[in-house]
Amino acid sequence: MVKARAPTSRFAPGDRVRVAARPVVGHCRTPWYLRGKAGVVAEVQGTFRNPEQLAYFKPGLPAQVLYKVRFKQGDIWGRYAGPVGDNLEADIYEHWLEPLK
Amino acid sequence: MSQPERKNMPRRGAGGRASHDVGGLEFGPIDRHEHDLALWEKRTDAMLILLRDNKRRALTVDAHRRAIESYGEQEYDRTTYYEKWIRAVRNLIIEQEIVTREEIEAKMAEVRAKHAKAGRKAAKETVPW
Repeated sequence: MVKARAPTSRFAPGDRVRVAARPVVGHCRTPWYLRGKAGVVAEVQGTFRNPEQLAYFKPGLPAQVLYKVRFKQGDIWGRYAGPVGDNLEADIYEHWLEPLK
Repeated sequence: MSQPERKNMPRRGAGGRASHDVGGLEFGPIDRHEHDLALWEKRTDAMLILLRDNKRRALTVDAHRRAIESYGEQEYDRTTYYEKWIRAVRNLIIEQEIVTREEIEAKMAEVRAKHAKAGRKAAKETVPW
């Protein structure tokens, strides 16, 4: 992926966030099973051109900050049988995240 | 090469879950056996790398993903990894007007005739558009 100039990131590690639950038409890297789910920012991974636009041969600007967001497995799946402390980490772009208090 | 039976799972859920977005659906156990790639699969990989390199920039990895994600659910579930890849490459080079559909079909007929003459049978007649 092409790194672009970094804008200021809206979220910092430790911030609680929720993934937007909006419907999608076309290419999108936010998995369906995480939409509407709450998690915590684990890492700011850098800034990248927006793949939702690159998929249609557009410049992908403004570039988006990409976060590693940590979710509790129990929060994602209706019936999770594993240990309570199990997490799942996923790459989520900033325009898919909403602040959560 | 034997093909495992491929399951089809209906994508239930609000908000338009796309056919590729299957995380959490019950597809049964994953076959973890390593397997050799066929020559055409290696060529498919090479073709995509060349089409999206800095010299050509004919495709992007995101456009390739988009083309694969546009398959219908049943088509998505019954095709293999590199079948999805080669079909997406074909559709994108037509979309981007690098070649025409007629050129591809003419070449396919030429290759098919060559193999038939040599007594070889094509594994599949066509990849669906």
